[in-house]
Amino acid sequence: MTASDPTTLTEEFHKLLRIAGCRHHFPLLRQSVNGKPLVYFDNAATSQKPQAVIDAMMRYYEAENSNIHRGVHYLSERATQSYEGVRVKVKAFMNAADTRELIFVRGTTEAINLVAHSFGRAFVKAGDEILISGMEHHSNIVPWQMLCEERGAVLKVIPITDTGELQMDAVPALLTPKTKLMAITHVSNALGTVNPVKELVAMAHEKGIPVLVDGAQAVPHVRVDVQDLDCDFYAFSAHKMFGPTGVGILYGKKKWLDQMPPYQGGGDMIRSVTFARTTYNDLPYKFEAGTPNIGGGIGLGAAIEYLNELNMDAIRQFEHDLLTYATEKILAVPGVRIIGTAKEKAGVLSFVMEGIHPHDIGTILDVEGVAIRTGHHCAQPVMQRFGVPATARASFAFYNTKEEVDAFIKALDKVREVLG
Amino acid sequence: MSVLNELYQQVILDHNKSPRNFRVMEGATKHVEGYNPLCGDHYTVYVKLDGDQIVDVSFEGAGCAISKASASVMSAMVKNHTVAEAEELFRDFHRLVKGELAGEEELERLGKLAAFAGVSEFPARVKCASLAWHTLHSALNTNETSISTE
Ligand SMILES: Cc1ncc(COP(=O)(O)O)c(C=O)c1O
Repeated sequence: MTASDPTTLTEEFHKLLRIAGCRHHFPLLRQSVNGKPLVYFDNAATSQKPQAVIDAMMRYYEAENSNIHRGVHYLSERATQSYEGVRVKVKAFMNAADTRELIFVRGTTEAINLVAHSFGRAFVKAGDEILISGMEHHSNIVPWQMLCEERGAVLKVIPITDTGELQMDAVPALLTPKTKLMAITHVSNALGTVNPVKELVAMAHEKGIPVLVDGAQAVPHVRVDVQDLDCDFYAFSAHKMFGPTGVGILYGKKKWLDQMPPYQGGGDMIRSVTFARTTYNDLPYKFEAGTPNIGGGIGLGAAIEYLNELNMDAIRQFEHDLLTYATEKILAVPGVRIIGTAKEKAGVLSFVMEGIHPHDIGTILDVEGVAIRTGHHCAQPVMQRFGVPATARASFAFYNTKEEVDAFIKALDKVREVLG
Repeated sequence: MSVLNELYQQVILDHNKSPRNFRVMEGATKHVEGYNPLCGDHYTVYVKLDGDQIVDVSFEGAGCAISKASASVMSAMVKNHTVAEAEELFRDFHRLVKGELAGEEELERLGKLAAFAGVSEFPARVKCASLAWHTLHSALNTNETSISTE
Protein backbone atom coordinates (compact mmCIF):
# COMPACT_ATOMS: atom_id res chain seq x y z
CA MET A 1 0.00 0.00 0.00
CA THR A 2 1.25 3.47 -0.78
CA ALA A 3 0.64 6.66 1.13
CA SER A 4 -1.66 7.91 -1.60
CA ASP A 5 -3.90 4.86 -1.37
CA PRO A 6 -7.26 6.42 -0.37
CA THR A 7 -8.34 3.54 1.91
CA THR A 8 -5.06 3.76 3.86
CA LEU A 9 -5.41 7.47 4.27
CA THR A 10 -8.95 7.26 5.59
CA GLU A 11 -7.96 4.49 7.94
CA GLU A 12 -5.01 6.48 9.23
CA PHE A 13 -7.21 9.50 9.64
CA HIS A 14 -9.78 7.52 11.59
CA LYS A 15 -7.13 6.09 13.88
CA LEU A 16 -5.78 9.56 14.64
CA LEU A 17 -9.29 10.84 15.17
CA ARG A 18 -9.95 8.08 17.67
CA ILE A 19 -6.86 9.10 19.65
CA ALA A 20 -7.90 12.73 19.64
CA GLY A 21 -11.23 11.67 21.14
CA CYS A 22 -9.87 9.51 23.95
CA ARG A 23 -9.06 12.16 26.52
CA HIS A 24 -12.36 11.69 28.31
CA HIS A 25 -11.39 8.09 29.13
CA PHE A 26 -9.04 9.51 31.77
CA PRO A 27 -11.05 10.71 34.78
CA LEU A 28 -8.08 12.36 36.52
CA LEU A 29 -7.57 14.78 33.65
CA ARG A 30 -10.94 16.38 34.31
CA GLN A 31 -9.76 18.41 37.28
CA SER A 32 -8.54 21.92 37.87
CA VAL A 33 -5.34 22.78 39.69
CA ASN A 34 -4.97 26.19 41.31
CA GLY A 35 -8.18 27.23 39.56
CA LYS A 36 -6.77 26.38 36.11
CA PRO A 37 -7.60 23.32 33.98
CA LEU A 38 -4.93 20.72 34.67
CA VAL A 39 -2.29 20.34 31.97
CA TYR A 40 -0.52 17.08 32.80
CA PHE A 41 2.91 17.07 31.14
CA ASP A 42 4.67 14.72 33.55
CA ASN A 43 3.91 11.51 31.72
CA ALA A 44 7.50 10.27 31.71
CA ALA A 45 7.32 10.11 35.51
CA THR A 46 4.04 8.24 35.44
CA SER A 47 1.05 8.18 33.12
CA GLN A 48 -2.63 8.56 34.00
CA LYS A 49 -5.00 5.60 33.92
CA PRO A 50 -8.02 5.16 31.65
CA GLN A 51 -11.36 4.19 33.19
CA ALA A 52 -10.98 0.74 31.60
CA VAL A 53 -7.89 0.02 33.73
CA ILE A 54 -9.47 1.36 36.91
CA ASP A 55 -12.62 -0.69 36.28
CA ALA A 56 -10.72 -3.90 35.53
CA MET A 57 -8.84 -3.67 38.81
CA MET A 58 -11.99 -2.85 40.74
CA ARG A 59 -13.79 -5.80 39.14
CA TYR A 60 -10.96 -8.08 40.12
CA TYR A 61 -11.08 -7.03 43.77
CA GLU A 62 -14.87 -7.05 43.85
CA ALA A 63 -15.39 -10.41 42.23
CA GLU A 64 -12.26 -12.49 41.71
CA ASN A 65 -9.69 -11.72 44.39
CA SER A 66 -7.99 -14.85 45.56
CA ASN A 67 -4.47 -16.32 45.50
CA ILE A 68 -3.25 -17.86 42.29
CA HIS A 69 -1.58 -21.13 41.34
CA ARG A 70 -2.43 -22.79 44.62
CA GLY A 71 -6.15 -23.15 45.19
CA VAL A 72 -8.51 -25.90 44.16
CA HIS A 73 -11.50 -23.65 44.58
CA TYR A 74 -13.45 -21.69 42.01
CA LEU A 75 -12.10 -18.21 42.77
CA SER A 76 -8.50 -19.27 42.76
CA GLU A 77 -9.01 -20.92 39.38
CA ARG A 78 -10.60 -17.77 38.02
CA ALA A 79 -7.91 -15.44 39.36
CA THR A 80 -5.20 -17.74 38.00
CA GLN A 81 -6.85 -17.74 34.60
CA SER A 82 -7.16 -13.95 34.53
CA TYR A 83 -3.59 -13.43 35.65
CA GLU A 84 -2.10 -15.97 33.24
CA GLY A 85 -4.30 -14.46 30.55
CA VAL A 86 -2.35 -11.23 30.99
CA ARG A 87 0.86 -13.05 30.13
CA VAL A 88 -0.72 -14.01 26.82
CA LYS A 89 -1.67 -10.37 26.18
CA VAL A 90 1.87 -9.24 26.99
CA LYS A 91 3.24 -11.86 24.61
CA ALA A 92 1.21 -10.43 21.74
CA PHE A 93 1.87 -6.82 22.81
CA MET A 94 5.66 -7.14 22.53
CA ASN A 95 5.64 -10.07 20.09
CA ALA A 96 7.49 -12.48 22.37
CA ALA A 97 7.89 -16.03 21.09
CA ASP A 98 6.70 -17.79 24.22
CA THR A 99 4.84 -16.85 27.45
CA ARG A 100 7.55 -18.66 29.41
CA GLU A 101 9.90 -15.83 28.46
CA LEU A 102 7.76 -13.25 30.29
CA ILE A 103 8.33 -12.68 33.98
CA PHE A 104 6.08 -10.54 36.13
CA VAL A 105 8.13 -8.12 38.24
CA ARG A 106 7.52 -4.97 40.29
CA GLY A 107 8.70 -2.69 37.49
CA THR A 108 11.65 -1.81 35.29
CA THR A 109 13.93 -1.35 38.28
CA GLU A 110 13.26 -4.82 39.60
CA ALA A 111 13.58 -6.34 36.13
CA ILE A 112 17.07 -4.87 35.70
CA ASN A 113 18.09 -5.86 39.21
CA LEU A 114 16.90 -9.40 38.52
CA VAL A 115 19.14 -9.66 35.46
CA ALA A 116 22.10 -7.98 37.18
CA HIS A 117 21.74 -10.42 40.04
CA SER A 118 20.99 -13.69 38.25
CA PHE A 119 22.82 -13.19 34.96
CA GLY A 120 25.64 -11.56 36.91
CA ARG A 121 25.96 -14.55 39.23
CA ALA A 122 26.04 -16.97 36.35
CA PHE A 123 28.25 -15.14 33.88
CA VAL A 124 30.23 -12.19 35.25
CA LYS A 125 33.72 -12.62 36.70
CA ALA A 126 36.58 -10.37 37.76
CA GLY A 127 37.95 -8.34 34.84
CA ASP A 128 34.78 -8.74 32.73
CA GLU A 129 32.99 -5.69 31.36
CA ILE A 130 29.40 -4.46 31.31
CA LEU A 131 28.60 -1.82 28.68
CA ILE A 132 25.94 0.84 29.28
CA SER A 133 25.40 4.30 27.78
CA GLY A 134 25.77 7.88 28.96
CA MET A 135 22.01 8.47 28.83
CA GLU A 136 20.85 5.75 31.23
CA HIS A 137 18.38 6.22 34.06
CA HIS A 138 19.95 5.51 37.47
CA SER A 139 18.09 2.19 37.49
CA ASN A 140 20.13 1.05 34.49
CA ILE A 141 23.40 2.27 36.04
CA VAL A 142 23.40 1.45 39.73
CA PRO A 143 22.54 -2.30 39.54
CA TRP A 144 25.46 -2.77 37.14
CA GLN A 145 27.76 -0.70 39.33
CA MET A 146 26.81 -2.89 42.30
CA LEU A 147 27.44 -6.03 40.26
CA CYS A 148 30.80 -4.74 39.03
CA GLU A 149 31.85 -3.86 42.55
CA GLU A 150 30.87 -7.26 43.85
CA ARG A 151 32.56 -9.18 41.03
CA GLY A 152 35.53 -6.95 40.34
CA ALA A 153 34.15 -6.26 36.87
CA VAL A 154 34.37 -2.96 34.96
CA LEU A 155 31.56 -0.66 33.86
CA LYS A 156 32.04 0.91 30.41
CA VAL A 157 29.99 3.74 28.97
CA ILE A 158 29.03 4.65 25.38
CA PRO A 159 29.44 8.45 25.13
CA ILE A 160 26.67 10.71 23.85
CA THR A 161 26.85 13.54 21.33
CA ASP A 162 25.87 17.20 21.75
CA THR A 163 22.45 16.45 20.26
CA GLY A 164 21.88 13.68 22.80
CA GLU A 165 22.44 10.69 20.53
CA LEU A 166 24.64 7.69 21.15
CA GLN A 167 28.06 8.04 19.59
CA MET A 168 27.60 5.00 17.39
CA ASP A 169 31.12 4.99 15.98
CA ALA A 170 32.45 4.50 19.52
CA VAL A 171 30.47 1.30 20.05
CA PRO A 172 32.55 -1.33 18.17
CA ALA A 173 35.66 -0.60 20.22
CA LEU A 174 33.66 -0.80 23.43
CA LEU A 175 32.36 -4.28 22.59
CA THR A 176 35.40 -6.31 23.61
CA PRO A 177 36.06 -10.00 24.28
CA LYS A 178 35.55 -9.14 27.96
CA THR A 179 32.09 -7.59 27.48
CA LYS A 180 29.50 -9.85 29.09
CA LEU A 181 26.39 -7.72 28.52
CA MET A 182 25.27 -4.47 26.95
CA ALA A 183 22.44 -2.66 28.80
CA ILE A 184 20.89 0.20 26.95
CA THR A 185 17.77 2.35 27.08
CA HIS A 186 15.31 2.23 24.20
CA VAL A 187 14.07 5.80 24.81
CA SER A 188 15.86 8.27 27.10
CA ASN A 189 13.69 9.71 29.87
CA ALA A 190 15.85 12.84 30.17
CA LEU A 191 16.38 13.61 26.47
CA GLY A 192 13.63 11.79 24.60
CA THR A 193 16.15 10.17 22.23
CA VAL A 194 14.97 6.95 20.55
CA ASN A 195 18.05 4.77 20.27
CA PRO A 196 18.76 2.51 17.26
CA VAL A 197 18.32 -0.57 19.40
CA LYS A 198 18.06 -3.05 16.56
CA GLU A 199 21.35 -1.88 15.12
CA LEU A 200 23.02 -1.99 18.55
CA VAL A 201 21.77 -5.52 19.16
CA ALA A 202 23.15 -6.62 15.80
CA MET A 203 26.54 -5.08 16.61
CA ALA A 204 26.66 -6.84 19.99
CA HIS A 205 25.44 -10.18 18.65
CA GLU A 206 28.12 -10.17 16.02
CA LYS A 207 30.50 -10.61 18.95
CA GLY A 208 28.21 -12.98 20.84
CA ILE A 209 27.27 -10.39 23.47
CA PRO A 210 23.71 -10.36 24.86
CA VAL A 211 21.75 -7.10 25.18
CA LEU A 212 19.29 -5.85 27.79
CA VAL A 213 16.96 -3.05 26.72
CA ASP A 214 15.38 -0.68 29.25
CA GLY A 215 12.00 -0.10 27.67
CA ALA A 216 10.40 1.99 30.44
CA GLN A 217 10.00 5.07 28.23
CA ALA A 218 9.45 3.21 24.98
CA VAL A 219 6.34 1.09 25.61
CA PRO A 220 3.95 4.05 25.99
CA HIS A 221 5.12 5.61 22.71
CA VAL A 222 6.39 3.10 20.14
CA ARG A 223 5.49 -0.38 18.96
CA VAL A 224 7.88 -2.87 20.52
CA ASP A 225 8.69 -6.16 18.82
CA VAL A 226 11.29 -8.07 20.82
CA GLN A 227 11.79 -10.70 18.14
CA ASP A 228 12.45 -8.06 15.53
CA LEU A 229 14.83 -6.17 17.84
CA ASP A 230 16.32 -9.56 18.70
CA CYS A 231 17.29 -8.25 22.16
CA ASP A 232 17.98 -10.79 24.89
CA PHE A 233 16.16 -8.96 27.70
CA TYR A 234 13.55 -6.21 27.65
CA ALA A 235 12.22 -4.45 30.77
CA PHE A 236 9.23 -2.15 31.31
CA SER A 237 6.84 -0.81 33.97
CA ALA A 238 3.04 -0.86 33.66
CA HIS A 239 2.61 2.53 35.32
CA LYS A 240 4.29 4.43 32.49
CA MET A 241 1.98 2.82 29.93
CA PHE A 242 -1.37 3.69 31.52
CA GLY A 243 -1.44 0.71 33.88
CA PRO A 244 -1.01 0.63 37.66
CA THR A 245 2.15 1.05 39.75
CA GLY A 246 3.88 -1.95 41.28
CA VAL A 247 3.92 -4.27 38.27
CA GLY A 248 6.08 -4.65 35.19
CA ILE A 249 7.56 -7.21 32.81
CA LEU A 250 10.95 -8.70 32.19
CA TYR A 251 11.21 -10.42 28.84
CA GLY A 252 14.17 -12.76 28.58
CA LYS A 253 15.16 -15.23 25.89
CA LYS A 254 14.66 -18.75 27.13
CA LYS A 255 18.24 -19.72 26.34
CA TRP A 256 19.47 -17.17 28.90
CA LEU A 257 16.76 -17.61 31.52
CA ASP A 258 17.39 -21.36 31.55
CA GLN A 259 21.01 -20.77 32.47
CA MET A 260 20.31 -18.19 35.19
CA PRO A 261 19.80 -19.04 38.88
CA PRO A 262 16.59 -17.83 40.60
CA TYR A 263 16.48 -14.23 41.83
CA GLN A 264 14.50 -14.72 45.03
CA GLY A 265 13.56 -17.86 46.90
CA GLY A 266 10.10 -18.65 48.23
CA GLY A 267 6.72 -19.99 47.26
CA ASP A 268 5.74 -20.61 43.63
CA MET A 269 9.31 -20.74 42.36
CA ILE A 270 9.93 -24.30 43.60
CA ARG A 271 8.94 -27.74 42.42
CA SER A 272 9.83 -29.59 45.60
CA VAL A 273 11.45 -28.63 48.87
CA THR A 274 13.16 -30.77 51.47
CA PHE A 275 15.73 -29.55 53.94
CA ALA A 276 18.36 -31.34 51.94
CA ARG A 277 17.48 -29.95 48.54
CA THR A 278 15.09 -27.79 46.57
CA THR A 279 14.34 -28.19 42.90
CA TYR A 280 13.18 -25.13 41.05
CA ASN A 281 10.05 -24.64 39.04
CA ASP A 282 9.98 -24.20 35.27
CA LEU A 283 10.05 -20.87 33.50
CA PRO A 284 8.71 -18.31 34.11
CA TYR A 285 7.79 -19.35 37.69
CA LYS A 286 11.42 -19.96 38.63
CA PHE A 287 11.75 -16.16 38.76
CA GLU A 288 8.40 -15.42 40.40
CA ALA A 289 8.78 -16.11 44.11
CA GLY A 290 5.89 -15.25 46.40
CA THR A 291 2.39 -13.93 45.81
CA PRO A 292 2.64 -11.41 42.97
CA ASN A 293 0.75 -8.16 42.42
CA ILE A 294 -2.29 -9.92 40.96
CA GLY A 295 -4.58 -6.90 40.84
CA GLY A 296 -1.79 -4.88 39.24
CA GLY A 297 -1.24 -7.58 36.63
CA ILE A 298 -4.94 -7.46 35.75
CA GLY A 299 -4.59 -3.69 35.37
CA LEU A 300 -1.62 -4.17 33.03
CA GLY A 301 -3.71 -6.51 30.90
CA ALA A 302 -6.45 -3.89 30.65
CA ALA A 303 -3.90 -1.21 29.70
CA ILE A 304 -2.57 -3.41 26.89
CA GLU A 305 -6.09 -3.99 25.56
CA TYR A 306 -6.71 -0.26 25.70
CA LEU A 307 -3.52 0.49 23.74
CA ASN A 308 -4.29 -2.22 21.17
CA GLU A 309 -7.62 -0.58 20.59
CA LEU A 310 -5.94 2.76 19.88
CA ASN A 311 -3.09 1.26 17.85
CA MET A 312 0.54 1.98 18.74
CA ASP A 313 1.49 3.23 15.26
CA ALA A 314 -1.28 5.81 15.32
CA ILE A 315 -0.15 6.87 18.82
CA ARG A 316 3.41 7.34 17.55
CA GLN A 317 2.18 9.49 14.66
CA PHE A 318 -0.08 11.59 16.88
CA GLU A 319 2.64 12.21 19.46
CA HIS A 320 5.18 13.01 16.79
CA ASP A 321 2.92 15.83 15.58
CA LEU A 322 2.41 17.07 19.13
CA LEU A 323 6.13 17.05 19.93
CA THR A 324 6.94 18.85 16.68
CA TYR A 325 4.33 21.49 17.48
CA ALA A 326 5.61 21.96 21.05
CA THR A 327 9.24 22.12 19.87
CA GLU A 328 8.46 24.86 17.34
CA LYS A 329 6.50 26.84 19.90
CA ILE A 330 9.08 26.62 22.66
CA LEU A 331 11.95 27.61 20.38
CA ALA A 332 10.12 30.91 19.85
CA VAL A 333 10.30 31.65 23.60
CA PRO A 334 13.35 33.89 24.20
CA GLY A 335 16.17 32.34 26.22
CA VAL A 336 15.00 28.73 25.87
CA ARG A 337 17.50 25.99 25.05
CA ILE A 338 16.31 22.44 24.38
CA ILE A 339 18.43 19.69 25.92
CA GLY A 340 18.21 16.67 23.64
CA THR A 341 17.74 17.44 19.95
CA ALA A 342 18.11 13.97 18.48
CA LYS A 343 16.57 13.24 15.09
CA GLU A 344 14.45 10.44 16.53
CA LYS A 345 12.64 11.51 19.70
CA ALA A 346 9.59 10.38 21.60
CA GLY A 347 7.44 12.17 24.11
CA VAL A 348 10.01 14.33 25.92
CA LEU A 349 10.88 18.02 25.76
CA SER A 350 13.72 18.82 28.19
CA PHE A 351 14.79 22.47 28.35
CA VAL A 352 16.49 25.24 30.30
CA MET A 353 15.83 28.99 30.31
CA GLU A 354 18.58 31.58 30.34
CA GLY A 355 19.13 32.92 33.87
CA ILE A 356 16.14 31.09 35.36
CA HIS A 357 16.49 27.94 37.41
CA PRO A 358 14.29 24.97 36.38
CA HIS A 359 12.87 24.75 39.89
CA ASP A 360 11.43 28.27 39.60
CA ILE A 361 9.99 27.38 36.18
CA GLY A 362 8.29 24.34 37.72
CA THR A 363 6.71 26.32 40.56
CA ILE A 364 5.34 29.06 38.30
CA LEU A 365 3.99 26.56 35.79
CA ASP A 366 2.29 24.68 38.61
CA VAL A 367 0.51 27.83 39.73
CA GLU A 368 -0.72 28.09 36.12
CA GLY A 369 -2.03 24.52 36.31
CA VAL A 370 0.78 22.99 34.23
CA ALA A 371 2.48 19.94 35.78
CA ILE A 372 6.03 19.32 34.56
CA ARG A 373 9.05 17.78 36.23
CA THR A 374 12.19 19.67 37.13
CA GLY A 375 15.47 18.28 38.39
CA HIS A 376 17.95 15.68 37.21
CA HIS A 377 15.30 13.07 36.23
CA CYS A 378 17.31 10.25 37.83
CA ALA A 379 19.92 10.77 35.13
CA GLN A 380 22.64 12.82 36.79
CA PRO A 381 25.32 11.76 34.26
CA VAL A 382 23.17 13.31 31.49
CA MET A 383 23.02 16.61 33.42
CA GLN A 384 26.81 16.50 33.84
CA ARG A 385 27.25 15.80 30.12
CA PHE A 386 25.25 18.87 29.18
CA GLY A 387 26.70 21.06 31.95
CA VAL A 388 23.38 21.89 33.61
CA PRO A 389 22.40 21.26 37.24
CA ALA A 390 18.89 20.32 36.22
CA THR A 391 16.36 20.73 33.42
CA ALA A 392 12.66 21.39 33.14
CA ARG A 393 10.92 18.53 31.35
CA ALA A 394 7.56 18.46 29.66
CA SER A 395 6.62 14.92 28.67
CA PHE A 396 3.59 14.00 26.60
CA ALA A 397 1.06 11.25 26.15
CA PHE A 398 -1.53 10.71 23.43
CA TYR A 399 -4.23 12.34 25.58
CA ASN A 400 -2.41 15.69 25.52
CA THR A 401 -3.49 18.38 23.05
CA LYS A 402 -2.11 21.34 21.13
CA GLU A 403 -4.33 23.59 23.26
CA GLU A 404 -2.45 22.29 26.30
CA VAL A 405 0.85 23.06 24.59
CA ASP A 406 -0.44 26.60 24.04
CA ALA A 407 -1.31 26.90 27.76
CA PHE A 408 2.17 25.62 28.61
CA ILE A 409 3.84 28.18 26.33
CA LYS A 410 1.71 30.93 27.82
CA ALA A 411 2.78 29.83 31.28
CA LEU A 412 6.42 30.11 30.14
CA ASP A 413 5.72 33.74 29.23
CA LYS A 414 4.49 34.14 32.80
CA VAL A 415 7.81 32.72 34.03
CA ARG A 416 9.66 35.37 32.07
CA GLU A 417 7.32 38.04 33.31
CA VAL A 418 7.90 37.10 36.96
CA LEU A 419 11.61 36.27 36.82
CA GLY A 420 12.95 37.62 33.55
CA MET B 1 -1.43 40.10 45.55
CA SER B 2 -1.35 36.87 43.50
CA VAL B 3 0.23 33.84 45.10
CA LEU B 4 3.13 34.07 42.63
CA ASN B 5 3.88 37.66 43.52
CA GLU B 6 3.70 36.67 47.14
CA LEU B 7 6.34 34.00 46.59
CA TYR B 8 8.54 36.01 44.26
CA GLN B 9 8.44 39.28 46.22
CA GLN B 10 10.49 42.25 45.12
CA VAL B 11 13.08 41.62 47.84
CA ILE B 12 13.58 38.07 46.57
CA LEU B 13 13.80 39.09 42.91
CA ASP B 14 16.29 41.79 43.79
CA HIS B 15 18.52 39.54 45.89
CA ASN B 16 18.35 36.84 43.20
CA LYS B 17 19.49 39.29 40.52
CA SER B 18 22.19 40.96 42.59
CA PRO B 19 23.07 38.73 45.50
CA ARG B 20 24.90 40.40 48.41
CA ASN B 21 28.13 38.96 49.83
CA PHE B 22 28.36 36.65 46.83
CA ARG B 23 32.05 35.79 46.90
CA VAL B 24 34.63 33.33 48.13
CA MET B 25 36.08 34.49 51.46
CA GLU B 26 39.81 34.43 52.14
CA GLY B 27 40.74 33.60 55.72
CA ALA B 28 37.31 32.36 56.73
CA THR B 29 37.03 30.75 60.15
CA LYS B 30 34.79 28.10 58.68
CA HIS B 31 33.15 27.16 55.40
CA VAL B 32 30.53 24.51 54.72
CA GLU B 33 29.05 23.19 51.50
CA GLY B 34 25.28 22.84 51.33
CA TYR B 35 23.68 20.62 48.70
CA ASN B 36 20.12 19.81 47.76
CA PRO B 37 20.42 16.70 45.59
CA LEU B 38 16.78 16.88 44.55
CA CYS B 39 17.14 20.07 42.56
CA GLY B 40 20.90 20.46 42.39
CA ASP B 41 21.10 23.65 44.49
CA HIS B 42 24.66 23.91 45.66
CA TYR B 43 26.26 26.64 47.82
CA THR B 44 29.28 27.15 50.03
CA VAL B 45 28.74 29.42 53.03
CA TYR B 46 31.77 31.16 54.61
CA VAL B 47 31.89 32.74 58.09
CA LYS B 48 34.52 34.76 59.89
CA LEU B 49 34.18 34.75 63.67
CA ASP B 50 35.71 36.92 66.35
CA GLY B 51 34.87 35.09 69.55
CA ASP B 52 31.13 34.59 69.28
CA GLN B 53 30.74 37.61 67.02
CA ILE B 54 30.04 36.98 63.32
CA VAL B 55 32.21 39.60 61.63
CA ASP B 56 31.71 38.46 58.04
CA VAL B 57 29.52 36.07 56.02
CA SER B 58 29.65 35.27 52.34
CA PHE B 59 28.50 32.55 49.96
CA GLU B 60 28.95 31.30 46.43
CA GLY B 61 27.35 28.63 44.27
CA ALA B 62 24.26 28.16 42.16
CA GLY B 63 20.61 27.36 42.58
CA CYS B 64 17.05 28.59 42.15
CA ALA B 65 15.86 32.13 42.86
CA ILE B 66 14.46 31.23 46.27
CA SER B 67 17.62 29.55 47.53
CA LYS B 68 19.93 32.24 46.20
CA ALA B 69 17.87 35.14 47.56
CA SER B 70 17.59 33.40 50.89
CA ALA B 71 21.37 32.97 51.14
CA SER B 72 21.86 36.61 50.18
CA VAL B 73 19.34 38.01 52.70
CA MET B 74 20.75 35.73 55.37
CA SER B 75 24.30 36.90 54.79
CA ALA B 76 23.23 40.54 55.10
CA MET B 77 21.20 39.92 58.23
CA VAL B 78 23.52 37.89 60.42
CA LYS B 79 26.63 39.95 59.80
CA ASN B 80 27.73 41.78 62.96
CA HIS B 81 25.49 39.67 65.12
CA THR B 82 26.43 37.06 67.70
CA VAL B 83 26.22 33.36 67.03
CA ALA B 84 23.31 33.14 69.47
CA GLU B 85 21.41 35.89 67.63
CA ALA B 86 21.98 34.18 64.30
CA GLU B 87 20.66 30.94 65.72
CA GLU B 88 17.59 32.78 67.03
CA LEU B 89 16.97 34.16 63.52
CA PHE B 90 17.38 30.69 62.04
CA ARG B 91 14.66 29.35 64.36
CA ASP B 92 12.35 32.24 63.44
CA PHE B 93 13.04 31.75 59.76
CA HIS B 94 12.25 28.07 60.03
CA ARG B 95 8.89 28.79 61.66
CA LEU B 96 8.22 31.47 59.05
CA VAL B 97 8.65 29.20 56.02
CA LYS B 98 6.70 26.45 57.72
CA GLY B 99 3.85 28.89 58.28
CA GLU B 100 4.10 28.61 62.06
CA LEU B 101 4.57 32.25 63.03
CA ALA B 102 2.10 33.67 65.56
CA GLY B 103 1.07 36.88 63.78
CA GLU B 104 1.81 40.24 62.22
CA GLU B 105 3.92 41.41 65.14
CA GLU B 106 6.35 38.56 64.87
CA LEU B 107 6.48 39.06 61.12
CA GLU B 108 7.45 42.69 61.57
CA ARG B 109 10.25 41.76 63.93
CA LEU B 110 11.78 39.67 61.13
CA GLY B 111 12.37 42.64 58.84
CA LYS B 112 13.56 41.63 55.35
CA LEU B 113 13.19 37.97 56.23
CA ALA B 114 9.43 38.45 56.13
CA ALA B 115 9.73 38.43 52.33
CA PHE B 116 9.97 34.65 52.57
CA ALA B 117 6.54 34.26 54.20
CA GLY B 118 5.05 33.23 50.82
CA VAL B 119 7.24 30.12 50.77
CA SER B 120 4.95 28.48 53.33
CA GLU B 121 2.33 28.18 50.57
CA PHE B 122 4.79 26.08 48.53
CA PRO B 123 5.85 23.06 50.60
CA ALA B 124 8.12 21.84 47.78
CA ARG B 125 10.16 25.04 48.10
CA VAL B 126 10.76 25.10 51.88
CA LYS B 127 14.03 23.20 51.39
CA CYS B 128 15.21 25.76 48.83
CA ALA B 129 14.59 28.63 51.24
CA SER B 130 16.24 26.83 54.16
CA LEU B 131 19.35 25.46 52.44
CA ALA B 132 21.68 28.38 53.22
CA TRP B 133 20.40 28.62 56.77
CA HIS B 134 21.02 24.96 57.45
CA THR B 135 24.48 25.35 55.98
CA LEU B 136 25.25 28.34 58.19
CA HIS B 137 23.84 26.52 61.22
CA SER B 138 26.18 23.67 60.46
CA ALA B 139 29.15 26.03 60.12
CA LEU B 140 28.40 27.61 63.50
CA ASN B 141 27.72 24.39 65.40
CA THR B 142 29.50 21.40 63.92
CA ASN B 143 32.71 20.19 62.40
CA GLU B 144 30.95 19.04 59.23
CA THR B 145 32.33 20.40 55.98
CA SER B 146 29.28 19.55 53.92
CA ILE B 147 25.58 18.94 54.43
CA SER B 148 22.81 17.63 52.26
CA THR B 149 19.09 18.21 52.59
CA GLU B 150 18.10 14.65 51.73
C1 LIG C 1 14.37 5.12 31.23
C2 LIG C 1 13.86 4.62 32.55
N1 LIG C 1 14.32 3.47 33.06
C3 LIG C 1 13.89 2.98 34.23
C4 LIG C 1 12.97 3.65 35.00
C5 LIG C 1 12.55 3.07 36.31
O1 LIG C 1 11.23 2.65 36.28
P1 LIG C 1 10.49 2.22 37.61
O2 LIG C 1 10.72 3.31 38.61
O3 LIG C 1 9.06 2.08 37.21
O4 LIG C 1 11.08 0.91 38.05
C6 LIG C 1 12.45 4.85 34.53
C7 LIG C 1 11.48 5.61 35.34
O5 LIG C 1 11.57 6.77 35.59
C8 LIG C 1 12.92 5.36 33.28
O6 LIG C 1 12.45 6.52 32.80
